[in-house]
Amino acid sequence: MTDAIEKDPLKSAPGSKQGRAASKFRLTPVGWVGITIVGFWILVALFGPLVAPHAESDVLSNRSFAPIGEVGRLGTDYLGRDVFSRILYGARMTMGLALITTLLSFTMGSTLGFMAAVLGGWTDNVMSRVNDAVMAFPSIILGLMVITALGSSLPIVVLTVAVIDATRVFRLARALAMDVSVMDFVDVARARGEGVWWITLREILPNTMSPLAAEFGIRFTYAILFIAALSFLGLGVQPPAADWGVMVRENRLGISFGATSALLPAAAIASLTVGVNLIVDWYLRCVGGQSAEDMLK
Amino acid sequence: MNALLDIKDLWVEGRPPGGYYVPIVKGISLSVNPGEVLAIIGESGSGKTTTALAALGYARPGCRIASGEINLGDTEVTALTHEQRRDLRGNQVAYVAQSAAAAFNPALRIGDQVTESSRIHGTMPQTQAQALAADLYRRLDLPDPENIGRRYPHQVSGGQLQRLMAAMALSSQPQLLVLDEPTTALDVTTQIEVLTAFKDIIRDRNTAAIYVTHDLSVVAQVADRILVMLGGEIVEQGDTEDILHRPQHDYTKTLMAAVRPPPRMTASQDDVQAVDAAGRAQPVLEVTDLTAGYGRVLKTVVLRDVNMSVERGQVVGIIGESGCGKSTLARVMAGLLPQMTGTVLHNGVALAPAARNRAKDDLRRMQIVFQMPDVALNPTHRVRDLLGRPLQYFLGLNGDARDKRISELLEMVELPADFASRFPAELSGGQKQRVNLARALGPEPDIILCDEVTSALDTVVGAAIIKLLKELESRLGIANVFISHDLSTVASFADRIVVLYAGKVVEQGSTLDVLSPPFHPYTNLLLSSVPELRTGWLEDVMQTREAISGMTGQVKLTDVGCPFVNRCPLAIKGVCDTEPPPKRAPSPGFEIHCHRDVSDLDTTRAVH
Repeated sequence: MTDAIEKDPLKSAPGSKQGRAASKFRLTPVGWVGITIVGFWILVALFGPLVAPHAESDVLSNRSFAPIGEVGRLGTDYLGRDVFSRILYGARMTMGLALITTLLSFTMGSTLGFMAAVLGGWTDNVMSRVNDAVMAFPSIILGLMVITALGSSLPIVVLTVAVIDATRVFRLARALAMDVSVMDFVDVARARGEGVWWITLREILPNTMSPLAAEFGIRFTYAILFIAALSFLGLGVQPPAADWGVMVRENRLGISFGATSALLPAAAIASLTVGVNLIVDWYLRCVGGQSAEDMLK
Repeated sequence: MNALLDIKDLWVEGRPPGGYYVPIVKGISLSVNPGEVLAIIGESGSGKTTTALAALGYARPGCRIASGEINLGDTEVTALTHEQRRDLRGNQVAYVAQSAAAAFNPALRIGDQVTESSRIHGTMPQTQAQALAADLYRRLDLPDPENIGRRYPHQVSGGQLQRLMAAMALSSQPQLLVLDEPTTALDVTTQIEVLTAFKDIIRDRNTAAIYVTHDLSVVAQVADRILVMLGGEIVEQGDTEDILHRPQHDYTKTLMAAVRPPPRMTASQDDVQAVDAAGRAQPVLEVTDLTAGYGRVLKTVVLRDVNMSVERGQVVGIIGESGCGKSTLARVMAGLLPQMTGTVLHNGVALAPAARNRAKDDLRRMQIVFQMPDVALNPTHRVRDLLGRPLQYFLGLNGDARDKRISELLEMVELPADFASRFPAELSGGQKQRVNLARALGPEPDIILCDEVTSALDTVVGAAIIKLLKELESRLGIANVFISHDLSTVASFADRIVVLYAGKVVEQGSTLDVLSPPFHPYTNLLLSSVPELRTGWLEDVMQTREAISGMTGQVKLTDVGCPFVNRCPLAIKGVCDTEPPPKRAPSPGFEIHCHRDVSDLDTTRAVH
């Protein structure tokens, strides 16, 4: 009797959700485009230096800002180096650094943020205030200070950028976990005597994946730009190594002459950003979360 | 007389996300005359709210009015444009929703929100609208009618807010009022005030009303006619008296059967004696001198000096109005909220205040079931994982042994075994609550704490859960602390009852003792506030002094004197407001905390 009466025409549409669960990660056009773009850049990062016609530091001609087709395939930069080769070399550096940085900042930020929310009390207070203090510094100045003090090797740059980014992730992760940790199912786990790790990983993390994934897409882009900014100040990627962000900064003066050598690496960054965010959107759709597009509606 | 609202062959369709439109309301026809109250009853999913909203020309997101005629006076609502309908809603029809707290903007003053519709539609100058609103406040018996409009929503009580929402709806002088379960979220004592206010104003204004509810006892008080819905269709309609006393359709009879009997003496003498005989053993759970509250620095004390105990296999009901500390008590027992002072004893051993410091076996033996089935189950876990984790954690079950136990548990709560692979979103409210229960039963506890487990469910579904609980309790011999604000539910199966008021125990004893004289004045108020399934009950009860004095004051948390003093018809000035009430024990295991002598309390029931 109870079953017949509890049926709700809207909720019990037969198998609607179960059917979806089976083919959960079906590729949509959005997913296809995203994976194609990012896959292309991954291939470039892996094999780019092998097919590059020149080394990243070779000076091809004494013409700075040569237009596309005249010297090299995509012209030359402010020192007369081959833009095409430098973009191929730069893919590895740019994507590698950004990926490692973002992964690091997410691991640190979300772990600490979740812990602050779950433990609460003084632990949360101390962690949050320390985080606020770090956030209070303009990130570029803080980065400058730390890197100047510790030396500008790539591991230190990556770590510094990751820690600074992690403060933003901490904020988000803590706020998300606070929302989830007041849910009764978390209390059920607490009443069962479950430890902090179990509650964090099994009860809270799965319920915060959608916003965290969306944040990942944005943070990835910021990491590229942040590293480029540090490089520009002479503290990040050291010349003559190629990095897209560095290339944009180096060649920005050429924009006023109509040179494309700053626009091409910028376009590469843009396409990578779009690709990553398309994948994030596709993922959010698959797990039934809100995509950025839905949030705007 | 011409009907004010006339709906003919109405079809409303709804679409689940990503799915196709399915009919929710299937060809309904109804009419309402001016000054008439039509009640639509049925459980959630029966289409009663959808039908009522259609009378406003409104369909909820994901729904659409597919076909049919909705005539309001001379207007055919379905033919109107979006803007015209919106105009209609402010002026001729108005809606009162279930949760007033959610309907008010917390950042704006109440008065501005009440007069908003006349301001938006420009029907009258602001000063006139305010004067009208003040008049409405007065008629709805709101305190301080001249100034209450300057307050913010959080500065008034839940019952007052519900009446203010009625004022908001009535401010544009609508011809038709749609009330959607306006008292369901309220305590019985508050419900009386709100129902009385609604009834008076509908009569004075000659307004037509549609009253949507699943509570037949409430319907009996307000409705002229009743319409019973099931699965989007009308199964029966007729005059209130006819439906209540001579239901024709089987479903209406089921609904009538699900109405819990009035909470008077349902426990038979035999039950009580059996409990008394077994009751001398060591209690499975005991609470002594417990004080608890919230806040780290400025503590708000919610529970004061609570003493109670639960014998093996016994059901102890804890009742009281919302905010009296019932749920806090359960959280302290479960170790989710460490107490300030006092002890929680489990099988005679004092438990650590925090759950994480308690022994695993103690945790296993005491399980908690929460009120809201929607948030008590992690939406990202399948039923298999939800039920499996406690088995693995407490009993070390894995693999096939665990799967077998999960099937047993599902069978125990009358769910099919293949539900194990479902996510909570694929279950109805009642099914979720069954999974909740199964999770608590899994580790073979000797006591379960049930915190308002039926409050979020429909009457029929809730009754099925209670029936299941009763069966399991007698079969497995599990003790149960059953927390509820609904006296009828508690009375129907508790062995003992503890009455809480403002964080203090005011009366406790066997169900028989608590539900028969002598009563604590507060218990008396609660008992007389439960609606009875007969017309005219509301008018009768409003004559009693319990109801009148109960409506005057608000609950206050205090440790000076008796907390109930400002609502008590028997309060002794100079005593009750200064000294804590003494404990009186008319019989063993029965206590009343009151300054009045037991012989005084004995007679109070005879007042009306």
